[in-house]
Amino acid sequence: MSLEEEAELLRRIPLFAELEPAKRKLLAFASERVTFAPGQFLFHQGEMGDAAYILAEGEVAIIVKTPAGPRQVARLSGHQVVGEVAVLGDVPRTASVRAETPVVALRISKEAFLDLLRDIPTMAMCMMRVVAQRLENTTAQLRRALAERGDAA
Amino acid sequence: MRSPRQADAAGSALPTSIYGFILRWSWRRQLALLALTALSLPVYYASLQLPKLIVNTLSGRDTPTSLFGREVGQQGYLLVLCGVFLALVLLNAGFGYAINLMKGRLGERLLRRLRFELFQHLLRFPLPALKRVSAGELIPMVTSEVEPLGGFVGDALALPAQQGGTLLTALLFLMVQAPVLGLAAAVVLPVQAVVIPRLQRRVNRLGKERVRAIRALGDRIGETVAAITEIHADNGARRHMAEFAERLGGLYEIRFEIYRRKFFVKFLNNFLNQLPPLFFFSAGGYLVLNGALSFASLVAVLAAYKDLAAPWKSLLDFYQAMEDSRIKYEQVIEQFQPTGLIDAEKLLTAPAVMPRLAGSVEFCGVPLDEAGPHGVDLVLPLDRHTAILGDAGSGKIELGLLLGRLAEPRAGRLLIAGADLASLPYGATGRRIGYVGAAAALFAGSLGDNLLAEIRRVPVVRDDEDPGIDAGGGTIDYDAAGVRHADGLRERLRQVLAMVEFDADLQQLGLLGRLESMAEAWRVLAAREKLGELLETEPSPLVERFDPERFNANLSVAENLLFGAPHDGAAPVEALAAAPSVRRVLERLGLVPDLVRIGRSIAATMVEILDDLSPGHPFFERFGLLAQDELPDWRRRLARAGRAAAGDRHAWLGLAFKLVEARHRLDLVDAPLRRRIVAARQALRRELPGNLRSRIDFFEPARYCAALPILDNLLFGRIAHGAADAWRRLDAAVARVVDSGALGPVLFEAALKSPVGSAGALLTPLQRQKVAIARAVLKRPDLLVLNLATQIFDPAAQTRILASLRAEFAGRALIAVLPRAEPAAEFDRVLTLARGRVVEHGDLAALDRPDSAFTMLRQAEAP
Repeated sequence: MSLEEEAELLRRIPLFAELEPAKRKLLAFASERVTFAPGQFLFHQGEMGDAAYILAEGEVAIIVKTPAGPRQVARLSGHQVVGEVAVLGDVPRTASVRAETPVVALRISKEAFLDLLRDIPTMAMCMMRVVAQRLENTTAQLRRALAERGDAA
Repeated sequence: MRSPRQADAAGSALPTSIYGFILRWSWRRQLALLALTALSLPVYYASLQLPKLIVNTLSGRDTPTSLFGREVGQQGYLLVLCGVFLALVLLNAGFGYAINLMKGRLGERLLRRLRFELFQHLLRFPLPALKRVSAGELIPMVTSEVEPLGGFVGDALALPAQQGGTLLTALLFLMVQAPVLGLAAAVVLPVQAVVIPRLQRRVNRLGKERVRAIRALGDRIGETVAAITEIHADNGARRHMAEFAERLGGLYEIRFEIYRRKFFVKFLNNFLNQLPPLFFFSAGGYLVLNGALSFASLVAVLAAYKDLAAPWKSLLDFYQAMEDSRIKYEQVIEQFQPTGLIDAEKLLTAPAVMPRLAGSVEFCGVPLDEAGPHGVDLVLPLDRHTAILGDAGSGKIELGLLLGRLAEPRAGRLLIAGADLASLPYGATGRRIGYVGAAAALFAGSLGDNLLAEIRRVPVVRDDEDPGIDAGGGTIDYDAAGVRHADGLRERLRQVLAMVEFDADLQQLGLLGRLESMAEAWRVLAAREKLGELLETEPSPLVERFDPERFNANLSVAENLLFGAPHDGAAPVEALAAAPSVRRVLERLGLVPDLVRIGRSIAATMVEILDDLSPGHPFFERFGLLAQDELPDWRRRLARAGRAAAGDRHAWLGLAFKLVEARHRLDLVDAPLRRRIVAARQALRRELPGNLRSRIDFFEPARYCAALPILDNLLFGRIAHGAADAWRRLDAAVARVVDSGALGPVLFEAALKSPVGSAGALLTPLQRQKVAIARAVLKRPDLLVLNLATQIFDPAAQTRILASLRAEFAGRALIAVLPRAEPAAEFDRVLTLARGRVVEHGDLAALDRPDSAFTMLRQAEAP
């Protein structure tokens, strides 16, 4: 896969669809293409985050530690961004991510990611939209969970 | 021993005016300069007098024919006079040279002094003040902005004295020759001094107006482009044309007015300059005709008047320069005098005896919160370990800053070991108190330099007439680290670095470093073989090994061609590949057109994606293909690609050489080309001339390559770009061969030698933080303040590191401001703050109850 193809891949990810083509290429160029074998971890919960990943091919599982042991909370496939929270917020990884199939991802280091956000306002805006959306999803989940608990009580 | 004058100079503020500054630091030299200037004036006067004598000689009147009793004749007399004239000219020039030299030296001296003082003031800034200013503003002030002041300093007194003196001498000469003519010349000067600058000021104002008008014009064009839809929709083009025309008219008026006034000033100036000569010719001529004035006098007056213009112009220019310098100085000084400047005496003197701190730290009514006036009262024992908790606005960070003496108490008193902290010299507290903040800074230099920075003896700064340093500093104070010799220090360093879990980083840095002596090379070569076997067993490729028969996608094209690294780090391998002898081989093998094509597509892609990044963007350095300031050149080269200049081919080749296929992923080197590059490699190996060959360390499986880092030698290859989790997977294998090959000490030395980059940029923030903590531990302070210093570590590592530090500081004080409550459970005492007040403070045992603030904080954090 060449730079051109990676840029094309980024175009299909809603987060980066609005970016100018040259900036998509820059993002692709600033990142590193990494392949993971099934079972390999992209990162572990509790580590400090040094990179975000843009999934190009394959499927990953999001795994969270619970008192009852690790628990898979979601499966993601292609065209998604994972690990950006730890990079943006200087907090430890909030979950582990494991490759379920062979995974190809663009790994963008924390410094490069922040440099890009600083320089490309459209990308910063896109990122904010994603984070806000995630927050909304989490709040909705929390509301549901609380409602269920209320029902149970 | 410090002289009273030194102490006085270091302790007081900068003079408020530039003349105050100049006199304070150079009044003696200024006096000497003035004396020299005064000495030069009579010579100058004499050189004015002489032409008159010479002209008189020619006209045959009052010519003495004897000199000192000897008969010389008219011609002889003329010759003697010309000889004297030559002597005076030489003497004048000599004075000029000496005065200029003295001025230059004076200026440079004071510039050095000013920069020294400014930097000292910068160091004395209280922390909050430093946070308010931007480094981007201060740096040019110390570097470039004060530069012209140096030029002015030399002129400050000497120029008005010299030029004014010259002017007065010339005027005096005129007065003596012909009082009427002298007066006439003198009358014009005040007119020029008052009227011309006033007119000029008006022109300057118009210039500013013109800039404003042009800016408005630009805005208007921008607006038009943005609102073009509206303009077309309501047919506003004609209206906008009319409006634009009006603006253009206004601009025309301003510009024309500038011309009118500028040329009027010129006209007036010329006219005023020519008035006295006119007067000399008419009135002077009349006097000569009447015999009231000698012809020679008139000639001399005219010559002297011509000499008036130059000093006069210098004086006017000087006035302008003085105003500029005065304002510049005041502006710079203002920036360097925030309120609460730390006392220089306390900051910069180091007491010989540094008593150990024992007892406790006592806060008596010290406010922690900006908002509230209330102070806290606290006693923190210096033989126990205290954790400080609270949320963002609790004042815990301020408490840490106060303990580290990075902030002064705004009220109340802060006692340490019974003494008022504010009264102690910084030299004592800095030695006895260690402080690490949340994001610690390192300095450019090696890792070892940074670790040992605080136990090195400081060179003594001379602060007499010229600041400078005395030799003898920089040696290591082994006592401070509690060791006796270099070996002990090395062992201690290893211990301290282990406390902050820097072991793995140490190994990694060492691997990226270079071997100090080739005596250990055999160990690396033995390990290389073993590592090769271990890596064979890896499931996916981790390392692309150097194979003389194959193209290596993780090496640059130039490295692939030469298959080696340059011996001296100075010239990059791309530069060697650009040598004519290499070029000839590439030409012969037909590789040049391909490489030119590659270079061109790299440039096209880079220009496209890097086009509008902000100046100094880190990507340029990180990608390493082309520099930001070269972008326009590349754009030009791309534009004329069809009819490329000869130099362009060279540039394309250079760019192609830098390409690392696996890293840059531009898909430019296909399989056939790879094969041809390997063929070229083999041809080059045979045909390279000796001078080039001797500069390259070739990659050979059985040899240590001194030009490469230790890691590359171990791997005999490069870590493949894109190998997932490469470092972690490698670590295990490398650790095994390092252990079995006893490479640890070699790597340790190499790591200490490795550079950390400007402000530690070559290390990760995590590594920087570990180094900063180790640096503070190494000097064995009686009190170590960790002000959120462990925040960056993940929770498990934070707990481990704090435990190691607690063991190290047994019997000494460790006060840690913590980001979370959990690790506090291991401390002796816990202090909880909220909104600048103490909520709870005491021994851990007493706080371990369900209703304590500490317990509640811990519960709030539990998942």
